[in-house]
Amino acid sequence: MTISLFIPCFVDLMYPQVGIAMVRIFEKLGHQVDCPKTPACCGQPAFNTGYWDESRAIAIPMLEALKDAEAVVIASGSCGAMLKVFYPELFAGTKYEQAARELAPRCWEFSGFLVNKLGVTDLGAKFPHKVTFHDGCHGLRELNNKRPPRDLLAKVWGLELVEMDAAETCCGFGGTFSAKFPAISTAMGDMKCTSALATQAEYIVSCDSSCLMQVQGLLDRQQKPIKTIHLAEILAQQ
Amino acid sequence: MSTPATHFNEDARRVAPDLRHRGIIQTAMGKYETVRDQRKVWFQDWQGARDLAAQTKWDAINHLDKHLEQFVRNLEARGTKIHWASTGAQAREIIFGILKAKNAKVVVKSKAMTTEEIHLNDAMEHAGYEVVESDLGEFIVQLRQEAPYHLVFPAMHLTRGDIQETFRDKLNDAPSDEPEELTMVARRVLRQKYLQADVGITGANFAIAETGMISITENEGNARLTAALPKTMITLVGIEKVLPRLEDLALFLPMLAVMGTGQPITAYNTMYGGPRQPGEADGPEEYHVVLLDNQRTTLLADAEQRDSLGCIRCGACLNVCPIFRNVGGHTYGTVYGGPIGSVITPHLRDLQDWKHLSYASSLCGACTETCPVKIDLHHHLLQNRRNASQGKPSWLQKLAFKIFAPVANRPGLWSLTTKLSRLGMKLRALVNGSVLDPARPWTKTRDLPPIAKQSFREWWKEKESSKLQAPSSREIPSTKHQ
Repeated sequence: MTISLFIPCFVDLMYPQVGIAMVRIFEKLGHQVDCPKTPACCGQPAFNTGYWDESRAIAIPMLEALKDAEAVVIASGSCGAMLKVFYPELFAGTKYEQAARELAPRCWEFSGFLVNKLGVTDLGAKFPHKVTFHDGCHGLRELNNKRPPRDLLAKVWGLELVEMDAAETCCGFGGTFSAKFPAISTAMGDMKCTSALATQAEYIVSCDSSCLMQVQGLLDRQQKPIKTIHLAEILAQQ
Repeated sequence: MSTPATHFNEDARRVAPDLRHRGIIQTAMGKYETVRDQRKVWFQDWQGARDLAAQTKWDAINHLDKHLEQFVRNLEARGTKIHWASTGAQAREIIFGILKAKNAKVVVKSKAMTTEEIHLNDAMEHAGYEVVESDLGEFIVQLRQEAPYHLVFPAMHLTRGDIQETFRDKLNDAPSDEPEELTMVARRVLRQKYLQADVGITGANFAIAETGMISITENEGNARLTAALPKTMITLVGIEKVLPRLEDLALFLPMLAVMGTGQPITAYNTMYGGPRQPGEADGPEEYHVVLLDNQRTTLLADAEQRDSLGCIRCGACLNVCPIFRNVGGHTYGTVYGGPIGSVITPHLRDLQDWKHLSYASSLCGACTETCPVKIDLHHHLLQNRRNASQGKPSWLQKLAFKIFAPVANRPGLWSLTTKLSRLGMKLRALVNGSVLDPARPWTKTRDLPPIAKQSFREWWKEKESSKLQAPSSREIPSTKHQ
């Protein structure tokens, strides 16, 4: 299968290792990886702020770039939800609605793609550490991705998953929300970190680098003894 | 200038880092979540019950005219006086008219968010009436001259120590901080008021069209006393509270109890069908029902967000909302706080004045996931944002997004931006977290990761241009945190 990989802007700039890990994993599974000439962003910041025209200015070239893609894997649950769930809404009643509806079923978040599309859970990865998992809200509630990351983690050699109480509670990132309402965002992040620290895990794992940026940013500032890592980085460890 | 948005921001900045507040709410909500989940499994099929409730409410709202007519006909047949109020001001006028006609001096109330919505207490007190809230939580916040903190738990933000202090200051009677003893203090005060009151005012949980009855569900028996002891009873009910059939309560009463408080069913569930009928031993001599629109029909006309009229005010969306839990109920500055309040307040009041509530959300969707009547809450917040931006755009934001689009769309410009970002990051690091830092809203409390030495797109380009090299022979660049 040829997999069209979309690496969102912040993963591109700040977490390239996450995208690289995904390329390695798909190639190891024998698939062709392509990074088509898409926009660097999915248009979610403008969409979430209410500027739908400006969001469409990015989303239209995205639809065009991906119109022939066999399967699109998005390296973020949040951006994945944007393409899969919100594009049809963004283009409702426009001439692009059909294209958005046709693209949606071909879009996958990384962990959901591995488990639900490829039927793979065991990648032969080794990661002998105690970890806890943070459900990114969009992946969890828009894409219904509760099981896939856990199925994948269950097959990692040496890995112990300890669930935190607040696994499904938002980390407080929320895109521009984190900068518009920093006090609320920080309080939410603090609660997430407290819950994660209580598990005594070494790592907080997630499918969303944006959540991890929020959590790691707080942990670093407060010098707390727990690290963050994207699921793909664990699965690429041999 | 103080606006609802500046008020919200100031309060949020004060409350969000307040660890005492956080602790109180965490404790209260931790208990709620446990019992709610224990009771939910008593439903044979909780998701099926949600579907049915959503469908019932959707049908009720889509045929609101028909159900209201039936409701009114049935109530009038037993001698209830019906009043229609288009606005809050009209509702207040109607109620004041009744109070004057009855020459009332003392008014006792049971819990009613609709009365909060039209600021009835303030107006009545201003006009010289003695007004007493009889729900224990409402009684406490009334003594403190505060608004209810939460739709269901008005005094959720207070510890028993706080309540003891309030009773000592305001009633000069607070033997201890034991809940039983504090309740007895309130009971002694309230019993007298029920007997003195000329008029009792209630809200309604449901309005049953089929039988013309008001359904009130409560835990303290105070609504029953409010309805039964004064000679005149007034119920102020939003027009959206209509349910078509009596049997609908078989679903909605346990659902409201489970989601509201975690109880299998609320302690007292009463139907009020009119004034005292000939041969009946008790009940008010006169019964007035005031039907309140107050912009509900505006919401009804909004095809996208009409489902939000289905809200049964259980408060479940507030309980699971991480924003509500961190900023607390008073910060919203509205009668209806939390996710449902952020959705409907811009419709009930003014979109531009209250749009900040729709932005003050990480769009996590916990509210939508929990809502028993399946209101699409967090997507409605997105629609409010869209409507607000279309109505009155921020030109600065619009410009920023307009500039960003070609940058994101053109690989050349993106590559240049990547390089400039690296430079910008080095310059920014010199002022990290200070007032000069353009990223200060983030960096004041959080570190910002660096821009990678090689971005993914740069890596991919290099990989593509050196196809001869076997992909697996290269190491994954180590991350900062491994």
